[in-house]
Amino acid sequence: MNAPRKPVKLRVATTSLAGCFGCHMSFLDIDERLLELLEFIEFDRSPLTDIKHCGPCDIGIIEGGVCNAENVHVLREFRANCKILIALGACAVNGGLPAQRNHLDLRDILAAVYVTEEGLVQGTQIPNDLELPLPLNHVHPIHEVVNIDYFLPGCPPSGDAIWKFLTDLLAGHTPRLGHGLIRYD
Amino acid sequence: MSETNTFILDDQEIPFTPGQSVMQAALSAGVFIPHLCYHPEFRPHGSCKLCTVKINGRPATSCTTPAAHGMEVESNTPEILDKRRTLVQMLLIEGNHFCPSCEKSGFCKLQALGYELGVMTPRFNLMYPTRPVDASHPDVLLDFNRCILCELCIRASTEVDGKFVFALSGRGIKKHLVVNAESGRLADTNFSLTDKAAQVCPVGVILPKRMGFAVPIGQRHFDDAPISAHVDEFKPVMPGPGGRS
Repeated sequence: MNAPRKPVKLRVATTSLAGCFGCHMSFLDIDERLLELLEFIEFDRSPLTDIKHCGPCDIGIIEGGVCNAENVHVLREFRANCKILIALGACAVNGGLPAQRNHLDLRDILAAVYVTEEGLVQGTQIPNDLELPLPLNHVHPIHEVVNIDYFLPGCPPSGDAIWKFLTDLLAGHTPRLGHGLIRYD
Repeated sequence: MSETNTFILDDQEIPFTPGQSVMQAALSAGVFIPHLCYHPEFRPHGSCKLCTVKINGRPATSCTTPAAHGMEVESNTPEILDKRRTLVQMLLIEGNHFCPSCEKSGFCKLQALGYELGVMTPRFNLMYPTRPVDASHPDVLLDFNRCILCELCIRASTEVDGKFVFALSGRGIKKHLVVNAESGRLADTNFSLTDKAAQVCPVGVILPKRMGFAVPIGQRHFDDAPISAHVDEFKPVMPGPGGRS
């Protein structure tokens, strides 16, 4: 009859592509506010749940840029399933540290690591297994691959910045970080 | 101050002395107008376009436009701020601005303006140009990846140091900063860390060696307040038409 409706929680998926998980660690830096957040959200695919594929979600949070074929697949799966997609951190926003390889030739890099590097076990070769995703010639920020709705720069963005960003979004308005929370480093 | 020497900037009355630019008058009155190639000690350059305002409805660079009585100047409007944001984004994608590894982070005007204007994304596809650094000089590192072509080092080296160490070469997107030596290396010039040209770079191109990351995060120049609150640092050092001449 007129029983109070159970509030519908927003479904949130997160992943790290070519990132270091530092942004996810920073997300955990919201500390006990995570419990407050869980009043309003529930997690789909995320390192926190270990769900392997992203289902229909309200919000997708992407850490890291795109450096290999698997990153492209995961990113497209997120875009196809998430109403709002957020680029979290420097690597997702502008390629970050992994993109520092962009002015080098990929073959030269692989050769330097697996062939010409001193101290390698004899016979070491560049890994070539079907299970390994192929690296891309260049690392790309995620907005070069799919449409992104919101960007939160920082290496990593602070827990406070992530909290302000998400609570603004949950309140239904465009996140406004202001001085001290918007950072590129 | 004569009552006839004022103009309107975003509904605020700004006094000026004849010969001052719109930028100089605004900064003197404590009103910040974003800029990168303007420097209070040098003649205005008008190249970065960050200081573009609308004067009586027409866009103009406020650093090169002389103030005139009765002008109506728009600066802090959604339209102008959006254009400034786009300019910052174009500068960010054109070079390699990797703030986490830059010693100028926290002191960089480009970064501070990104924060000020709320630039959250580079928006365009990044160009990742290949620009090798010049570490040949014993005291100074040149990291061309961050150059925004403001020509402040060129102006300082030419007008103050009298050394002509720097210049721009090429056209359009290929325009780049060069070192005036046959080898192209800074070590083969008479450049010195004490030169004015070593002090004026608004971004992280000209860096002193052996003192990186000397100031902890939280105490860096623009950590305390947005660049607009640092307006006093950009006030004209002398009255009149344009700094050093």
